[in-house]
Amino acid sequence: MSDVSTSTPAAARSSRPTHAREHPRRRRRSRSLQGWLYATPTAVLVGVFFVLPVLLVLRMSVSDWGLFAGNRGLNAPENFTRVLDDRLLWPAVVFTVKYTVITTVILLAVALGLALIVQESSRWKNLLRTAILVPSALGLASASLLFYALYSQQSGPLNPMLLALGVITESVSFLGTPTSALWSTVFLIVWRFAGFYMLLLMVGLQGISHDVYEAARIDGANRRQIFARITLPLLRPSLALCTILCVTGSLLAFDQFFILTKGGPDNSTLTIVQLIYNMAFAGANDLGRAAALSVFVLIGLVALNAVQFRVLRGRED
Amino acid sequence: MATATASSRGTRGAHPLLRTPSYVLTGGLALLFLAPLVWAAVASVSPQGGTAQTQGWGFGNYVTLANYQAGVWRYVLNSTIVSGLTVLFTLGVSLFGGYAFARFRFPGRNLLFMLTLAILMVPYATLLIPLYVLLNAIGLQNSLVGLALVLTLFQLPFATFMMRISFESVPAELEEAALVDGCGTFGALVRVLMPAVKPGLITVALFAFLAAWNDFIAPLILISSSDKVPLPLAIANMRQQVMGIVDYGATQAGVVVLAVPCVLLFLILQRHYVRGFMSGALKG
Repeated sequence: MSDVSTSTPAAARSSRPTHAREHPRRRRRSRSLQGWLYATPTAVLVGVFFVLPVLLVLRMSVSDWGLFAGNRGLNAPENFTRVLDDRLLWPAVVFTVKYTVITTVILLAVALGLALIVQESSRWKNLLRTAILVPSALGLASASLLFYALYSQQSGPLNPMLLALGVITESVSFLGTPTSALWSTVFLIVWRFAGFYMLLLMVGLQGISHDVYEAARIDGANRRQIFARITLPLLRPSLALCTILCVTGSLLAFDQFFILTKGGPDNSTLTIVQLIYNMAFAGANDLGRAAALSVFVLIGLVALNAVQFRVLRGRED
Repeated sequence: MATATASSRGTRGAHPLLRTPSYVLTGGLALLFLAPLVWAAVASVSPQGGTAQTQGWGFGNYVTLANYQAGVWRYVLNSTIVSGLTVLFTLGVSLFGGYAFARFRFPGRNLLFMLTLAILMVPYATLLIPLYVLLNAIGLQNSLVGLALVLTLFQLPFATFMMRISFESVPAELEEAALVDGCGTFGALVRVLMPAVKPGLITVALFAFLAAWNDFIAPLILISSSDKVPLPLAIANMRQQVMGIVDYGATQAGVVVLAVPCVLLFLILQRHYVRGFMSGALKG
């Protein structure tokens, strides 16, 4: 970790006089050429698989573009108006936002609690930290498949357990109703991602100087006051970063719902990205319309990220 | 500042509820996070109705999994190829790229670096629609190589950033000494710098492997023939085979096969894993 902070800015490099004695200009030109050479693989990959697709999605969004038929010419506003008229769009937007808010609040609260518990090094705490991080090594798809079996009425252990404890009197369907499907998915996501956000918040906690706590303690602050007045405010940059990552990730949720609910029951857990997928590949086979919705999502997220970045910056000043 | 006693409340402002009953709390929490995985492993070999393992303990579910369609080894092989290629591509591109960004000044350097980081800003899913068309046009659709290239692209922001800071933390004198000794920049890179940035390379490789091994939506869109799909997709497809009846036993077995390499790698390389996250956090 420590090697991160010792980075030498590249600016120091250009003024380096060593062995540039003979032909300073030719030497500099040769270094710049070599720099390009080393950067070529990056440039090619970014150009072909990133810049080109971004341009292509813009082009597709204004074209009549079928999955199998390909480009059948311009149809400028139709893709966008048809997306906006889609009866599934607004329910999907509402659901995605609702899911994002719930997930972000619960996940960050859990992660902060865990970070406070495990931040000090001891043998037990280190073991606990490892245990919390194990799920984050799993893929989201694997985790979703695991919970798909865990939640099943046929083979899952949850119903027998809850029945035995007397919490419920007859077995419930964890994925069967819109509400239970949402909360079951949130639970899966918290299990899978808590370790990740815990680590990010631990970095923030470690950045808070001991002296601040000492000073507060000398002034007679109790633990609750220390947490509310010192830990939380000083942790704001880390919390803001976690919020950005969690909001962005949740708005783009796909795997977990595709595997657990397929958007059901009755399209109640259909997310925006699932809608894009369905438009393009499942049923409609309309890449143009999917591209139009992609452009909406792209603009929305870039705008959201810009706002969040500004808020984050503002807090750091 | 004398807070050194063993029962000290610590120097950080933790809530009392979160601090005191350490054994119960840590043990219970650890169990909560490990339980689902342990359950899947145990259930996959235990007797259950509606699976291949109805009586007694055994590996019936794994036999079902092994015989699924093209055979599970086919899908494990697909996943291994895609993950291997992604790790290889990511290491190669980010090693050279990181070296270029850290040690050279060239026109377009900042633009290219910003563009690489901008990949993070663009949602994965929205890029896959045009990538589907693009790969089709260059003959890489339904190809494991094409899939690996796409997965490599999404590793680039992290990998390039990681390798750049790794190179920047190596003292410039080390490279200069090699240059004076008559090495070209490539010689200096291979002989002197690569050993120095090895921890960064391991972190990059680990993240690339985990991402490629576990990716779901990219192969879902980019791979069309059923014998080319990687393991997560194969297991997800397997679930809803016969008339909507799900074989949960085989699903659990599949999850175990998917999880074992990831958990093992994580446990072996935990230090590098944590380091990767930390550097991501410091960036913010």
